[in-house]
Amino acid sequence: MQAYEDFWTYLHTSPLTHLTLTLLAYQAGSWLYRKGGMHPLLNPVLFAVIIVVSALSLTGTSYADYFEGAQFVHFLLGPATVALAIPLYLEYERVKKSALAIFVSLVAGSLTAIITALGIGYLLNGSKITLLSVAPKSVTTPVAMGISEQLGGLPSLTAILVILTGIVGAMLGPLILNLIRVTDKPARGLAMGTASHGIGTARALQVSKTAGAFSGLAMGLNALATALLLPLIWNWLF
Amino acid sequence: MLNQITLILCCHLAGELISKFFNLPAPGPVIGMVLLLSLLIWRGRIGEDLEKTASSLLDNLSLLFVPAGVGVMLHFERLSTDWLPITFALIGSTIATIMVTGYVMQWLSTGAQQITKPTGEEQ
Repeated sequence: MQAYEDFWTYLHTSPLTHLTLTLLAYQAGSWLYRKGGMHPLLNPVLFAVIIVVSALSLTGTSYADYFEGAQFVHFLLGPATVALAIPLYLEYERVKKSALAIFVSLVAGSLTAIITALGIGYLLNGSKITLLSVAPKSVTTPVAMGISEQLGGLPSLTAILVILTGIVGAMLGPLILNLIRVTDKPARGLAMGTASHGIGTARALQVSKTAGAFSGLAMGLNALATALLLPLIWNWLF
Repeated sequence: MLNQITLILCCHLAGELISKFFNLPAPGPVIGMVLLLSLLIWRGRIGEDLEKTASSLLDNLSLLFVPAGVGVMLHFERLSTDWLPITFALIGSTIATIMVTGYVMQWLSTGAQQITKPTGEEQ
């Protein structure tokens, strides 16, 4: 508890309302999530975003002004990603043992993410820019933005599609995995992390440390896989 | 506590520098994660303090995505012009990816029999 408080104290040096708003909105989202027995459809990120966007729209606040306060929370994403090394270390033996299975599933998942996104977008007459902005959606934000920019998509649009993909994956992932009876924790984690990066990982961690570790691993590996595969596939198809 | 935060930030910074310097396709935090993992493997243990610090960050991981998520307000217009391909590509592809990855991994790691068994005996 002490550790928790210490960590967040530095946030208090910035007395901005928007920081408080972010936390309050998230608390409200979490409360609803816990009340609903942590049902995946009651995703706390989604609720917090809806609350904040409504509040900002009602008060006519710009995103830039909001981000002045919210950047302190946003900044912690980097250190939190680094901290995923800890659950990963706890599962290190298991990861080592199933390295080949992880590699094969990850490449299969990464290819599926790229090809289905491009394919569905193409069939529904998405513009080239839209296709390129959607294609890296399963990858963690900085990498996705880099890929999108490199190929001629819109990085800022990609950033938001990445977040939306994360929310969709965190909401639907557990239900889909139940439906196709994937019960193995490493497999569930790997699927969540490959398809929906950090937001999927956050959800996986809440349910199981093992699934969380594999999800964090998949998030890192899929960033690499997509960065390598997507440009090849795009140049080959278009 | 401070030591642990410093360690995490050092890994983060080193990761950013390595990513930029070598122009790698992986972002700084992901390389930082690999650095910290290597350090832990080399040291052979985590230590209670580091575990506590890490869980104070990771217990709230979802919260950290809220500011970026609010950025959706900048793109309402763009999202509404191409909403059909975007919505279907995003949801369809996410579902397909989860199914393929989860199914293949379970099939490879626990054997085909568990999946093909009839309902009701998952452990």
